[in-house]
Amino acid sequence: MLRLSKINKYYAVGSHRLHVLRDVDLEVEGGEMVAIMGASGSGKSTLLNILGILDRYDAGEYWLGDTLIRDLGEGQAARYRNQFIGFVFQSFNLLPFKTAVENVALPLYYQGVPRRQRNRTALQYLDKVGLADWADHRPAEMSGGQKQRVAIARALITKPRIVLADEPTGALDSKTSEEVMELFAEINRTGMTVILVTHEADVAAKAQRTIRLRDGKVEPELVARAS
Amino acid sequence: MFSLDRWQEVLSTLARAPLRSILTSLAVAWGIFMLVVLLGFGHGLRKGAESQFADDAANSVWVFGGQTSQPYQGMPVGRRVTFTNTDYDNLRRVDGIEHLTGRFFPGSGGRPFGGERPVRVGAKTQTFDVRAVHPDHLYLEKTLITAGRFVNDADLIEKRKVCIVGIPVADFFWHTTDVIGRSLEIGGVAFEIVGVFNDAGGDDGELRMIYVPVTTAQLAWNGADRLNALLFTVGDKDVDETRELLDRVKTTLADRQRFNPEDPQAIRVRNNLEQYESFQQIFWIIEVFVSLMGIATLIAGIIGVANIMLITVKERTREIGIRKALGAPPLSIVGTIMQESIFITAAAGYLGLVAGVGLLSLVASVVPENEFFGEPQIDLKVAIYANVILVVSGALAGFFPAYSAAKISPVEAMREGT
Repeated sequence: MLRLSKINKYYAVGSHRLHVLRDVDLEVEGGEMVAIMGASGSGKSTLLNILGILDRYDAGEYWLGDTLIRDLGEGQAARYRNQFIGFVFQSFNLLPFKTAVENVALPLYYQGVPRRQRNRTALQYLDKVGLADWADHRPAEMSGGQKQRVAIARALITKPRIVLADEPTGALDSKTSEEVMELFAEINRTGMTVILVTHEADVAAKAQRTIRLRDGKVEPELVARAS
Repeated sequence: MFSLDRWQEVLSTLARAPLRSILTSLAVAWGIFMLVVLLGFGHGLRKGAESQFADDAANSVWVFGGQTSQPYQGMPVGRRVTFTNTDYDNLRRVDGIEHLTGRFFPGSGGRPFGGERPVRVGAKTQTFDVRAVHPDHLYLEKTLITAGRFVNDADLIEKRKVCIVGIPVADFFWHTTDVIGRSLEIGGVAFEIVGVFNDAGGDDGELRMIYVPVTTAQLAWNGADRLNALLFTVGDKDVDETRELLDRVKTTLADRQRFNPEDPQAIRVRNNLEQYESFQQIFWIIEVFVSLMGIATLIAGIIGVANIMLITVKERTREIGIRKALGAPPLSIVGTIMQESIFITAAAGYLGLVAGVGLLSLVASVVPENEFFGEPQIDLKVAIYANVILVVSGALAGFFPAYSAAKISPVEAMREGT
């Protein structure tokens, strides 16, 4: 489903370059749920941004399905993000002035789906995350867990190739985290590929595989998971 | 570009910050409003000043007899110069004169003005100005014949006792303007009315007037062959060409009257073109000044829009980041913001335009037209240009912040305000 080979990424900091990702190799099969862990500064957010086509890389290859993601123009990158990737962020990133259903429907707006149709679809996805009754509420009226579930519905609505979650439970209490992770597991069971970035071990434990980053390098997988 | 969805996005954005939208609109509307009002009033001032010229042909030159101040060819100083029909005939032959007429004022005794004569119809008597003129006089005063005709050559040759009366004259005696064929007595001499006139200047003094053929008047009122004034128009000559023509006219007159053509006192000249041109210059300066003020106000409005768009985009950086992450192409982001900017400037500009034009027509209906201030108007073309400039500026004002917003990476944009 997804293959990174020898990905390198530098940031210019003042006059010198910071080498953030060093020869990162990574392969994720379709239907897998993978956690990426690492201390802050390990490059995990950068890696996620590259996976999410939000950022460019300087060397290497990134294949998403049968598509090489490299040196894309802004427009093409936007199109690929829209079609291939569903995002879930730590801070939810819902538009505050739009209702839940409008937020969920937003990616379809950029696909040119007519309003009525995309709102109908959005309602179905809200129902899947158990928030059909909250369709007409704005984010400010919802709890953190609810907001994150709206965000998950939004990530799923385009039927993406992968769902990328950046610290999806970082802003939630432990009980709500549990529920959200259960939702991710459920999504994964339907065959969706999920990649989580987290620094919480019990969140990572929900994944089938954990990739650890340290100083921009993938640590060798010490223990092959016996599941 | 003009999808319903896009419009809903734009309108909902504007509705999210109603105060800001209103203030921005106000800045733009005010700019256009001021531009319209200033240009309109400038136009009014110009019209008012021009109306003072409307009654006389702007390209006309008036020549009156004076008194010599220099001895010439043995002739003494202090000699009166009085024009006669011969001078008129001589000037007819001067090249460059477009229309030429003499003026004789009955009973003026040689004074340049003062043709007032008692006019009687039945038991009614009233004093009116009487001007004895040649047919070309029609063009000198921009006289508008509303019925009948003006003085013609046959009148001059046959010394017919015919006259052309102003509307107030007809009104005074008969309470109607349908007076062709009626007769009135001027200073005891009966004249038949052959025409009724109005005057482009609209000045009442120019209308309380009776025109008669110059030859008839000279005969009736002991004028011999004297003329009090010679008036002519110069066609489309400019000021310099008019001066040259005037020199030729002076020489022609001086030759016969035997005065020094350089003598400044021998004849007196009123060159309307020269006056008109200097007035034109003043109008031009007023108009430029007023336009500059209007444009400055407009620029202030545009800066206001640019400013607001900058703030709007800044505030929405995070939103833009989210939208980009979800797959909004940069064009869509730039387009939406520009559409917002164009919409607000166009709508507000239109409101300002309507308000400005409204005020102008209100002023026009309340303030009577006078010689200082004509009907304030604005050239619709100017107004539309102003609106187009405003919309283009609005688009640019939206474009640059939108473009830079669309450039920044979604990652950084989303970090904003978290």
